[in-house]
Amino acid sequence: MNFSSHSTMNPMAWGNLREDAYPEPFGAYSHNQGVKPRADAFTDGVQRTQQPIVTGTSVLAIKYKDGIMMAADNLASYGSLARFKDIQRLHAVGDYTVIGAGGDMSDFQYLQQILDDLMVEEFAAEDGHPLGPAEIYEYLSQIMYGRRSKINPLWNSLLVGGFKDGKRFLGYVDLLGTTYTASTLATGYGAYIAQPLLRKAVEGREDTLTEEEAREIIKESMKVLYYRDARSLNKFQIATITEKGAVISESMSSETIWAFAEGIRGYGAQTS
Amino acid sequence: MFRNTYDSDNTVFSPQGRLHQVEYALEAVKQGSAAVGLRSNTHAILLALKRSTGELASYQQKMFRIDDHVGIAIAGLTSDARVLSNFMRQQAMSERMIFNRPIPVNRLVSSIADKAQVNTQEYGRRPYGVGFLVIGSDRSGAHLYEFSPSGNAYEYYAMSIGARSQSAKTYLEKHFEEFADCSLEELITHGLHALRESLQQDKDLTIHNTSIGVVGPAGEHEHPALRGGFRIIEGEKAQVYLSSMRPKETEGGGTATPAVPDAPPAAPGADEDVQMAE
Amino acid sequence: MTSIGTGYDLSSSTYSPDGRIFQVEYANKAVENSGTAIGLRVKDGIVLAVEKLVHSKLLVPGANRRIQTVDRHIGVATAGLLADGRHFANRARDEASGYRDTYQSPPPLKALADRMGLYVQAYTLYSSVRPFGISGIIGGIDKTGPALYVVEPSGVYYGYHGAAVGKGRQLAKTELEKLKLAELSTREAIFEAARIIHLVHDDAKDKEFELELSWVGEETGGLHLPVPKDLFDEADKKARAELMVVDD
Repeated sequence: MNFSSHSTMNPMAWGNLREDAYPEPFGAYSHNQGVKPRADAFTDGVQRTQQPIVTGTSVLAIKYKDGIMMAADNLASYGSLARFKDIQRLHAVGDYTVIGAGGDMSDFQYLQQILDDLMVEEFAAEDGHPLGPAEIYEYLSQIMYGRRSKINPLWNSLLVGGFKDGKRFLGYVDLLGTTYTASTLATGYGAYIAQPLLRKAVEGREDTLTEEEAREIIKESMKVLYYRDARSLNKFQIATITEKGAVISESMSSETIWAFAEGIRGYGAQTS
Repeated sequence: MFRNTYDSDNTVFSPQGRLHQVEYALEAVKQGSAAVGLRSNTHAILLALKRSTGELASYQQKMFRIDDHVGIAIAGLTSDARVLSNFMRQQAMSERMIFNRPIPVNRLVSSIADKAQVNTQEYGRRPYGVGFLVIGSDRSGAHLYEFSPSGNAYEYYAMSIGARSQSAKTYLEKHFEEFADCSLEELITHGLHALRESLQQDKDLTIHNTSIGVVGPAGEHEHPALRGGFRIIEGEKAQVYLSSMRPKETEGGGTATPAVPDAPPAAPGADEDVQMAE
Repeated sequence: MTSIGTGYDLSSSTYSPDGRIFQVEYANKAVENSGTAIGLRVKDGIVLAVEKLVHSKLLVPGANRRIQTVDRHIGVATAGLLADGRHFANRARDEASGYRDTYQSPPPLKALADRMGLYVQAYTLYSSVRPFGISGIIGGIDKTGPALYVVEPSGVYYGYHGAAVGKGRQLAKTELEKLKLAELSTREAIFEAARIIHLVHDDAKDKEFELELSWVGEETGGLHLPVPKDLFDEADKKARAELMVVDD
């Protein structure tokens, strides 16, 4: 039993000589139970998430004539290891909304659970006030910002796409709680590689692009990403959210050509 | 001291399976002055009779705004109403915070009903002593609900609560099928007629003792730029609606005492002051 | 009832000398005074039906539902104090959601009924609360197939093929017993449920009523949903017609 400055203030914490000389093995007779030095922010450190562990890479999404199109590949990496190759990173939330996630996949699974719970609640209400993409986006943003404000973020960047009451919706939110909306969005590496391509192809044409054209733009961008992003996989899914609801496709891949690679220094057999 | 063995406590069922304390709480609602609510396909409105405790006192507030799209009229213990309406405002604000949308009216009403239910089941509490009429508009249109201390909430085409509200109810039951296609002005006139039924013989509705609450698009007498949210029409602005009333029929059947809208506040009658007294 | 006025019936934490808890029995009275609710467990699904007594013609028809959804695949119909029914359903939703969070799968009906039984029972233990004035019929489909339970104010729950609570339960039970429930389809059961509710309604003694119907079956994709309007109208019409024949 050692006297701290706190316990000297408290008669109940004075203890007795016997206790000092011969500490009770289990503190069975101690009257000092529960008197502990006050814990403050400096007492002991808490280490929060410093980095994502199993990660997904880019998500792309654009507005087009009939609604929203979104794509993400099926890879979840463990560092640079292509660890899981059949992970779905697009998730339907209710009838009108799809979210796509890059970043930590376990955090994404947690978010899926929260949103699925919310949708069960909504189903049970059955009162004609279903949550649309804009509401789900707001909810998700509040979760993300709330967690970052606790210095314990969910390590994701997310796209929310949807269509309800004749209106398209597309928004971005990330681990910092940053939100913005635009007619083309991309997360992760795609924000650097694909976003310029998407903007060039889509901006100003949001209301005229057909589904086929939109699909071509998305596929082309996914192919470029596969060539350039070492954490990507040539196996991806495309979701459309239109008047008819949310549809997430089967996995597909792009035709790629690697013959030119022989000529790239550092890739093929060249040594100098 | 008590009327029977089973009515001193809200956690006791009577042998018939009734909860006397809850039933008495419903009586508290009837102590308050009357409020009437009704709706058309486009509007939902509230009308309430304000009491004054004396010539030097102001008239009590009978209507409260909850959010842009929701308002209530109360009858019963005003202090209980303030607690519950505060809670409703919090619910409405958190719906806006979390989902960025106006709260669906039915969910708002359910939230206070569920809160009131707890007070009928646990010891050391009493049921709320206030009833609400709630109007609001959301994506499924204009709505009217009644909330009562039993923890029930029902949706109605038209309803009245408070003192002598049965007379108003009789009027509403006779006319409610006409309400659906009414304009706002016609609807308010109906409402005033119903509210007038709850008055004592010698009393009349005036701009001083009448509150009108509305949700729905701007009416003829309102600013055209007004958005369809909840607003309270009182004082001079209520004059035009009061003037639209059909003159009161006297007991003899003839029409006498035309509505004198600007009549000074009538001196409170003996039985109008029972508001919170026991 | 000899118990009245003896003082042994004022709290659910008090036994009477012969070992009864009168407050729970009185709670049952609240259930017995309410409009009838029935549940049918058939070959491939569940049907819930309620005789919703309408206390005013000013009520908006179709609003103010007494059958509630607890989870995607589970519905609850209650008889008794309406507000208690909402409390019960809200708790059931919390339990179902808690099960999902823990096990990442939809709750089996038995697990939910068990939890609700425990919850309701807790309100029979203390003088600081009163028992629930409702019986709740919990119905739905889980991985074992259709399941139907009734939780009573005492907290006991039993599984049923056909269940009836409220005012008209005796007659409803007699009618249910005549049916070959295990052979009926869910669609057929809707017609039987509508018929029984119309049959047990006492025109002479009671106010107007509104029929409320819901189902869980293959046709609903395993979801608990209100019976769609066309089917509802058909069942309602047929039930009325059959009743006319009986009356003649």
